[in-house]
Amino acid sequence: MRFSTLLKNPAEWMRTPGPQSDIVITSRVRLARNLTSHPFPGWARKEDRAIIMEEIKPALEDLSEMKDSFSEEMTKLSAIEKQVLVERHLISREHAAKGPGCGTVMNRKQTISVMINEEDHLRMQAIRPGLQLSSAYQSLDRIDSSLEESLPFAFDHQYGYLTACPTNLGTGMRASAMLHLPGLVLSEQINQTIQGANKIGLAVRGLYGEGTEALANLFQISNQNTLGSKEEEIIEHLDRVISQLIENEKNARLKMLEDKPTAIQNQVGRAYAVLKFAHIISSKEALNHLSMIRLGCDLGFVPEEERETINVLLTEIQPAHLQISAKRKLSPDERDILRADIIRSSLNGLTAPDFSTILTERDDDDE
Amino acid sequence: MNCDVCQTEKATVFFSQMADGKLQKVNLCKGCADDKGVTDPTGFALADMLEGMGEETTPEAEFAPDELICDSCGFSQTDFKKTGRFGCADCYHVFEEGFEGLLEAMHKHTQHTGKSPAAFPDPPAAPESIDPEAPMEASPLDELSELKQALSKSVEDEDYEEAARLRDAISQLESQLGDS
Repeated sequence: MRFSTLLKNPAEWMRTPGPQSDIVITSRVRLARNLTSHPFPGWARKEDRAIIMEEIKPALEDLSEMKDSFSEEMTKLSAIEKQVLVERHLISREHAAKGPGCGTVMNRKQTISVMINEEDHLRMQAIRPGLQLSSAYQSLDRIDSSLEESLPFAFDHQYGYLTACPTNLGTGMRASAMLHLPGLVLSEQINQTIQGANKIGLAVRGLYGEGTEALANLFQISNQNTLGSKEEEIIEHLDRVISQLIENEKNARLKMLEDKPTAIQNQVGRAYAVLKFAHIISSKEALNHLSMIRLGCDLGFVPEEERETINVLLTEIQPAHLQISAKRKLSPDERDILRADIIRSSLNGLTAPDFSTILTERDDDDE
Repeated sequence: MNCDVCQTEKATVFFSQMADGKLQKVNLCKGCADDKGVTDPTGFALADMLEGMGEETTPEAEFAPDELICDSCGFSQTDFKKTGRFGCADCYHVFEEGFEGLLEAMHKHTQHTGKSPAAFPDPPAAPESIDPEAPMEASPLDELSELKQALSKSVEDEDYEEAARLRDAISQLESQLGDS
């Protein structure tokens, strides 16, 4: 598969809804694996990395799951192409900066992607719409089991799968879900929630991982510990916590609807107005307004079908995606204009939010 | 306030970081901050620095000229301190000594229980299956890890009173261990 084909098709998770996909955007699981008798990528010389890549890449391409895959060395991709992959969560920001001897293989549906010679020799990822950690893990587990027939993985009975960084030892697994939590943000419960999750060994991060800002009220929650629990146990624990978070988010939304319906109408209404009529819009402003339209969908003010449009937009308005669609490099000012154009045309059919449910049922609660 | 590292210069760089749910703070002077690479966020981890700070007093942190080096890949203990990562799979055995403590700080347990490759059949039965009822004196470290397990269980069970009690017991035990 060519890069242009990959680009033309939005990732499967953006178009198909999954369980709980009103609040859970995606579920991702990644496994870290290394080969025995080769230095880890960070310590390996360029020639070592090339040898490792030659060993791993054919093994991946031979998998039935990776038929018609996109497979490329990082040096063959332009900066913008690499950034597109980052914006689609198919490779990490760190991997985008990698040079010779590093590669990427992903399937056509973009549900499986593998980074070769990132921090570990292999970083395999499965991504699914909605809350489907377990199914994401199972698909990855099958790939892992096929690969171990041809690749000698570094493993130790005590430490489990051996990884470059000891924080990934054991299962080498990081499971994470991307949650849309505007209710907890607007009701100012989010910091408390994050601290609570940290206390039980889970990490909460922004849209693009470590150290990134929580744009669009999107948060990634993931396990910290990888050693000492079975893969299924880690996922079960995460599933339980996420279900609780979904519950809390829904309660926060209900409470806001009851206590401050006007404030919500105001947020959703303003988001609609800005997105429909802006001609210059920054990424941050757009993302935060799109989050409010999505909330409007969940609350029944905006038609359900718009959720897919918004999912696609969340990615399409990112800098590299804009430059790919313009087929040239754009300055930040030019991007803000193109972004506004794309949003206006995508939301062309969107009619004004319909707040009649609030107005009829909660007529008096307002002031 | 003086610099935590050299103890002589006035501290002008204040660094804090969440690690393991706890806030760690370090105050540094300009010179030590540059030395430790605080200004270069990619190569810097507070935990590594804290570890290296007590060099003179803790024997295991000595930088001897006959430093351990991995035969397979040439990676050294200093490289690990610098990067927080190992050079190859064999490093785990070369630098095994003292590694368990670090693991305990990072993970829930130190024994892998998840998937293993088919090429590695299940390990022989655990050599020491400890009967919890046995009248054996538990070492403070064992006790600490038991308490920590009980704590995470009580948090999962949402038994917050028990969790609070355990948390206090843990911090008391930790301070005792730290003093000794």
